Amino acid sequence: MTAAARESSTASSTGPLVVLDHVNKWFGDLHVLQDINMAINRGEVVVVIGPSGSGKSTLCRAINRLETINDGSIMLDGQPLPQEGKQLANLRAEVGMVFQSFNLFAHKTILENVTLGPIKVRKLSKKDADELAQRLLDRVGVAHQANKYPAQLSGGQQQRVAIARALAMEPKVMLFDEPTSALDPEMIKEVLDVMVDLAKGGMTMIVVTHEMGFARTAADRVVFMSDGQIVEENTPDEFFTNPRSDRAKDFLGKILKH
Amino acid sequence: MDTLIQEFPQIRNGFYTTVWLLLFSGLISTVIGTVLASFRVSPVASLRALGTGYVNTFRNTPLVLVLALAISVIPTLGFNNLGFSIGIRDFTTFFTVAMLGLSFYTAAFVCEAIRSGVNSVSAGQAEAARSVGMGFGQSLRLVVLPQAFRAVIPPLTSIYIALAKNTSVVAIFGVPEAAYVMRKLSNQFTSDLWAIFIGIALGYVVIVMVISAIGTLLERKLAVAA
Ligand SMILES: Nc1ncnc2c1ncn2[C@@H]1O[C@H](COP(=O)(O)OP(=O)(O)OP(=O)(O)O)[C@@H](O)[C@H]1O
Ligand SMILES: [Mg+2]
Repeated sequence: MTAAARESSTASSTGPLVVLDHVNKWFGDLHVLQDINMAINRGEVVVVIGPSGSGKSTLCRAINRLETINDGSIMLDGQPLPQEGKQLANLRAEVGMVFQSFNLFAHKTILENVTLGPIKVRKLSKKDADELAQRLLDRVGVAHQANKYPAQLSGGQQQRVAIARALAMEPKVMLFDEPTSALDPEMIKEVLDVMVDLAKGGMTMIVVTHEMGFARTAADRVVFMSDGQIVEENTPDEFFTNPRSDRAKDFLGKILKH
Repeated sequence: MDTLIQEFPQIRNGFYTTVWLLLFSGLISTVIGTVLASFRVSPVASLRALGTGYVNTFRNTPLVLVLALAISVIPTLGFNNLGFSIGIRDFTTFFTVAMLGLSFYTAAFVCEAIRSGVNSVSAGQAEAARSVGMGFGQSLRLVVLPQAFRAVIPPLTSIYIALAKNTSVVAIFGVPEAAYVMRKLSNQFTSDLWAIFIGIALGYVVIVMVISAIGTLLERKLAVAA
């Protein structure tokens, strides 16, 4: 799709950007996503929180169609997720994904990590892609590392590069699956700062995280998941100070003790 | 000793043929093996089955049988003039057919080495590639295979060494490579048997050492890029 076509399709649809409608998924007998209904508006930042194994990663991966769903539908910008092939690849280019384990391309330099998608998928010239990448690396504060390899960077730096790599595709929505939980404590803030900036810049974001600080500063809404279900949804302040469900109270009790 | 010196041109030509067999078969088997490996990791079930079927067939069949089959079947398929020349060197139909047989056989091993290399690259790499909108082919070609090749150089080196030695099998089909020359000379000059054996063996040793050296070099070069 050309940039103009992308813009016009964005302009033409004004409803929620991501809509999950009665989504169900099983891993064998395990019902990991149970009748999930959710709508994420343009520019909205949603934090997904919940105990381990509750299906948060699966939810993210389903929106990017790294996992298929068994039942229900997921719409992105008014379109159902394509099943496969070129259209699916196009969809994934519109949805940025940041993984817990960074997953930078190990054999590529930092700069190449960011330019590979724009060059090979968006068909940008190398020169334009390099400029774009330098700008984004600068924005996430790792511009001076551009010629190093991922293994030569700290975890926090790698995760910021991963964010730049996703941004380089100019995604409509960004998914973050526990972006800071593999990081040493002193590096968490540098990554969260970048994410807060993105949120302030109007990016639509779905963030799986247990960082309450981030949720309170940047999130419009907290979604609490447990055992494959959305148990509770609220503003961050309401959710953290006045959880309604027992499961949320129990969960918050546990994480607040740490 | 005299035989070696006196018959040197014949021995040299034999090794030329051996090296050509090795180069052509090495190249073709690597191409076929890589394609087969991408079949075996592809999301399409029929391609996976095709890849698995190929590997099981060729890996479990003795090389002599593969060669005998190639030599008796390929010409009947209408390919009876497969001779070709590069510069001043002419290659006979027998050479080509034997070379293809070696390639098909070796491709099964190359496929398995590359597949294990692909599996050694973490799933997250392919997921990250797909997340930026690459298709299956692109993610394999641009992200997974380049990393897999690094892990695959030691096993591939062994496969090429085995291939170098396997070229001697085509002697029984009359392709005049080094082992064929050795058999011919040892029948002719029975008093010089040991010299002939040792001379020819040394030739193979040199070839194997060159392959190992290239493998080590590549491994080092790719390790720096990590
Ligand atoms: N590929 C898979 N095959 C089978 N079961 C899986 C698979 N992936 C996840 N699961 C199971 O599905 C459930 C939900 O997993 P998921 O990773 O979505 O949870 P999560 O909320 O992200 O947990 P965590 O906080 O530990 O990351 C878990 O019980 C997990 O063991
Ligand atoms: Mg998870």
